[in-house]
Amino acid sequence: MNKRLLHYSLVFLLTSLSLGLQSCGKPKPSGPPNSEVGLVFDVGGRGDKSFNDAAYDGLVMAKDSLGIKYQYIEPGGGADRESALRQLASKKSVGLIFGVGFMFTDDITRIAKDFPDKKFACIDYTYDSTKAIPSNLIPIEFREEEGSFLVGAIAGLMTKTDKVGFIGGMESPLIRKFQVGYQAGVKCVNPKAKVLVAYAGVTPDAFKNPAKGKELALSQYSQGADIIYHASGVTGLGVFEAAREMNKYAIGVDMDQWNEAPGHVLTSMVKKGNMAVYDIIKEWKAGKFKGGMPAIFGLRDDGVDFVYDKNNKPLIPKSVYDRVEQLKQDIIDGKIKVPAR
Amino acid sequence: MARQRHWLEHPVTQNFLVPILAVVLSFSVGAIFIAIVGQNPIEVYYVLFSQTLGNEYGIGQLLFKTTPLIFTGLSVAICFKAGLFNIGAEGQLQIGAFLTALVGMYTFGVPAYLEVPLLILAGMVGGGIWGFIPGYLKAKTGAHEVINTIMLNFVALALVSYFATNLFNVPATVHTPPIAPSGKIPRFDAFLSGFEGSPVNFSIFIAIAACIFVWYYVQRTKLGYELRVVGLNSKAAEYGGISVAKNLILSMTIGGALAGLVGTNYVMGYKYYFEEGFSAETGFMAIAVALLGNNNPFGVILAALLFGMLEYGGLVINTMVPKELVNILQAIVIIFVISSNKIFRKTLNNFLKTRRLSIEQ
Amino acid sequence: MPYAIQLINITKRFARTVANDNVRLAVLDGSIHALVGENGAGKTTLMEVLYGLYQPDSGKIKIHENEVTIRSPHDSIKLGIGMVHQHFMLVPTLTILENIILGAEDAKHGFLNLSRTTSRIAELADSFSLSVPLNERVQDVGVGIQQRVEILKAIYRRADILILDEPTAVLTPQESTQLFGILSELKQQGKTIVLITHKLNEVMAISEHVSVMRKGKIAGELDTAETNPQEIAQLMVGRPVLLKVEKDKSKTGHPVLSVNDLSYVDRRGIAILKDVSLEVSSGEILGIAGIEGNGQTQLVEAITGLLKPTSGTIMLNGINLGDLSVSQIFESGLAHIPEDRIKRGLVVDLPIKENLILGMHTRNEFSSRLSMKLSGIEQNAKLLIEKYDVRPPNPDALARELSGGNQQKVIIARELSRNSKLIVASQPTRGVDIGGTEFIHRTLVSERDNGKAILLISADLTEILSLSDRIAVIYDGRIVKVFSDNKVEESELGLYMTGTKGNGKTAALA
Repeated sequence: MNKRLLHYSLVFLLTSLSLGLQSCGKPKPSGPPNSEVGLVFDVGGRGDKSFNDAAYDGLVMAKDSLGIKYQYIEPGGGADRESALRQLASKKSVGLIFGVGFMFTDDITRIAKDFPDKKFACIDYTYDSTKAIPSNLIPIEFREEEGSFLVGAIAGLMTKTDKVGFIGGMESPLIRKFQVGYQAGVKCVNPKAKVLVAYAGVTPDAFKNPAKGKELALSQYSQGADIIYHASGVTGLGVFEAAREMNKYAIGVDMDQWNEAPGHVLTSMVKKGNMAVYDIIKEWKAGKFKGGMPAIFGLRDDGVDFVYDKNNKPLIPKSVYDRVEQLKQDIIDGKIKVPAR
Repeated sequence: MARQRHWLEHPVTQNFLVPILAVVLSFSVGAIFIAIVGQNPIEVYYVLFSQTLGNEYGIGQLLFKTTPLIFTGLSVAICFKAGLFNIGAEGQLQIGAFLTALVGMYTFGVPAYLEVPLLILAGMVGGGIWGFIPGYLKAKTGAHEVINTIMLNFVALALVSYFATNLFNVPATVHTPPIAPSGKIPRFDAFLSGFEGSPVNFSIFIAIAACIFVWYYVQRTKLGYELRVVGLNSKAAEYGGISVAKNLILSMTIGGALAGLVGTNYVMGYKYYFEEGFSAETGFMAIAVALLGNNNPFGVILAALLFGMLEYGGLVINTMVPKELVNILQAIVIIFVISSNKIFRKTLNNFLKTRRLSIEQ
Repeated sequence: MPYAIQLINITKRFARTVANDNVRLAVLDGSIHALVGENGAGKTTLMEVLYGLYQPDSGKIKIHENEVTIRSPHDSIKLGIGMVHQHFMLVPTLTILENIILGAEDAKHGFLNLSRTTSRIAELADSFSLSVPLNERVQDVGVGIQQRVEILKAIYRRADILILDEPTAVLTPQESTQLFGILSELKQQGKTIVLITHKLNEVMAISEHVSVMRKGKIAGELDTAETNPQEIAQLMVGRPVLLKVEKDKSKTGHPVLSVNDLSYVDRRGIAILKDVSLEVSSGEILGIAGIEGNGQTQLVEAITGLLKPTSGTIMLNGINLGDLSVSQIFESGLAHIPEDRIKRGLVVDLPIKENLILGMHTRNEFSSRLSMKLSGIEQNAKLLIEKYDVRPPNPDALARELSGGNQQKVIIARELSRNSKLIVASQPTRGVDIGGTEFIHRTLVSERDNGKAILLISADLTEILSLSDRIAVIYDGRIVKVFSDNKVEESELGLYMTGTKGNGKTAALA
């Protein structure tokens, strides 16, 4: 009886599937040429609460306010990046394609050359002055050092021990920008303050090691630091845990990280990947896409900032806030030059 | 009573029919999931098949994904023939591919007819060493190869990750500098414009050659005979004067060397450098490939093609359904194909039996 | 007299074979009935149908003249049927008492009533002369006792019909005699006993009726008093069988194997072999008699190079085997029929032809430097299959698909094709049926006549007595006695085998 049932369901499935395939034919027609935006995430994809999610947020913003349609792909491994970019680029309806993360540098350059009629943009593109950037590609760069400068100033003004900490993920030029900007911000407002610096490692795994983050943070707190700024991805979750345990402060990075340790997150240096994605889509739609040169998102362009909202308002005195706002204006006006290396 | 054998009863028909039935059924189950996320399953499957099998570019992508699965599938299969469970193909391929890139970046000016074999050899040596270690430990101390290969995967990943992002990397990247141009393996699209843009390259012929080698080695050589005896009954091997230790070490080393050949596809045939995280766990998928291919070298090719199609197909339909669903679909296919063998065969034969009875009556 | 069991036209099919084909069997109440047949004749299947482990495809079962349906052992136990399997179904870590009551506990509100149970079992044991130490763990007592436990277990469950499957396969002659005493006692008290066996002397000694099965059918039903072993054997095999090995006096030549003061201490520090010395000359068969587990396995493994002895020397043809590898030992003139053919002697998932070259695969006929020579392997297989009548005669059939007797033929064919000086034959006919045994015995004798030296290790005393030219008895790792001919009584051998005679002393080399 059971077996018979299995036969019939099998036959039913087979016939329905084959009939379906025949009657269906081609899928729904896609939109007009070059009307849609494509985006390829970094390995890890959506849900990282960091720049992948920020980039996705930018797509949603563009859809809501510009009426743009979008498609995205989450590749599984290194070899998938190029395939994914190529797949999106070869769709008639897609006109602009984003790659999220510095790993896309080589692949997106190649695809941009292969598809001169399409436009491309890459977040955190590794800029190499010896190589020309195709004219249909925009590398998106953030002035992380400027945002780091401001949170450094907050730390410098608020430390009671004149000792603050910095914890980086993988030692690399990119993370060094955070460190250097932060140190400059601390020194600018509090020349006698000391900055303890530590990195979680030298491989990409250093961004995924909360245990190591906690260990480093506990060590810095016990050395007297009372505020620690991290630029270390998931590793930073360990920093927040240490802050909670030791009842000290930490500063978040990339997005507002208040929820990781409410009451202990003094502020966060936010990198507005969503704004960058949104801005570039907007310009592209208006026909003002300008490739071949990096698009730089600093304080002036609202590409980086620090968090000051109802959550952390009680933690930061008004005087400190006013001072930092002034520094921000000075940077925007060019009165202060923030070092990046 | 002599009776004409129904064509459906023929073992060859069944060997093909059963996996196909399993795939079809698993796609049907997958359709339910697709429908749950609000997409039309037929549309999704249309895209899946038309873009993997419907044009040269898709086929090229599929073959590109197939190549490393063949190497690693063979690696698992040959170890399995010796009674060993090689979970370490991932580590072996990482070390092999990295060594290929490393040798390649320091050997500029060597002519292609030397450079290509040299880099292939480098990959085999790297993977071979990584297979030799657990093989040696198993043979000499009895330490279980499953644990040791898993542990060595961690070691390999950490090592190449460190090397590829610190010591030998192009600054601000996680990849090595390019290999010497003479070490490149040509891509199909250099000869056939239809494959334009797809990374498939001539290393797939190395993979096919590897299959023939493994088949010949296992079935036709003296060492292969010993390996089979050891794998099927190590007590009988001892009794027959066959060194169990030697064959365990040898098969793990060969298995490692086969996995180490993955670098021919990615390093020599595609990117021309080693990049951290390039493999996407091919070495683990290899276990399923070997099992599905029944540890037969030619079965491995067919299984690798199926998995290659699923991998690239997953990417193709990713714009329509979430990544998680693609993973679910792949997993369902694997589970169905691997576990269904017996069930389908039995069902099919029962079906034939009842049909025959009803005719006879 | 009424019938205890009537099986009427029982047919049981498995996938491709018919195990029982229209079988009729009637067992008189209160009798001992022997069920004999070669391996695979369907005896065990028939009894398992009766015990409820299998359902017959057709046929009827009557117990005490009432038609019954037996769906499981649970049903058969309720009908008073008990079965003692070839492999005991006991829990080694539990005591004998616990094993007996397991599944039939006398309990009230979940608590065992141990004192009442104990006295009941003691009473039962006493009345059937089945003395067992109730509080010992099963793992600590010998197989003879374990078998009694199985019988007691069945009786405790109020069985009045007992089925015993090859009960003497694991017993010494003394234990067998005791078992037969117990069986007679059981019969006296009205129990019905079905004895599955292929040992004809047992049939003659204890049964009243005998049913012979061949190829799933009943080949004959006889009264034991009116038949003889020759007739039964012929019914079993389907052709006349030579039960006695016919051989001339040996023409002993020069010594081929000499073992001197061989000792072996295992990893746990237990001495397994103690100063074993023996010599086998060309043209003779030296039989080693002994209860299993007294060092025979290790003695064979030491001679064949599978185990490194702690001290002592082994010389084969004047070559010291001490430092040679297994394959070198083979090359210096050894053939080895191992005691466990499935574990050691065969690779059951390889075809016959590849099994026929195991240990010889590096020879020039079978391989060049790298590759195997397929035609050489194929030819060798065809030749040996024909010479030793292996069935099916298909070189590509997997060894797994062969019957036990044919598997043994493959091993013997391979080992004799080595053209060795010495043949070490360990349990060569274990699990092999009468027809196969006859063939193997004839082959060994003719090898002896061709001047080979043969070391025969067997747990089957009949085999030792009928084949050997000289007999050595091993007990507790020592050779305790060597008989210079085979004219010795089984019971006499049994006394040496159990250490009752010649205890502790190593026998002088005869």
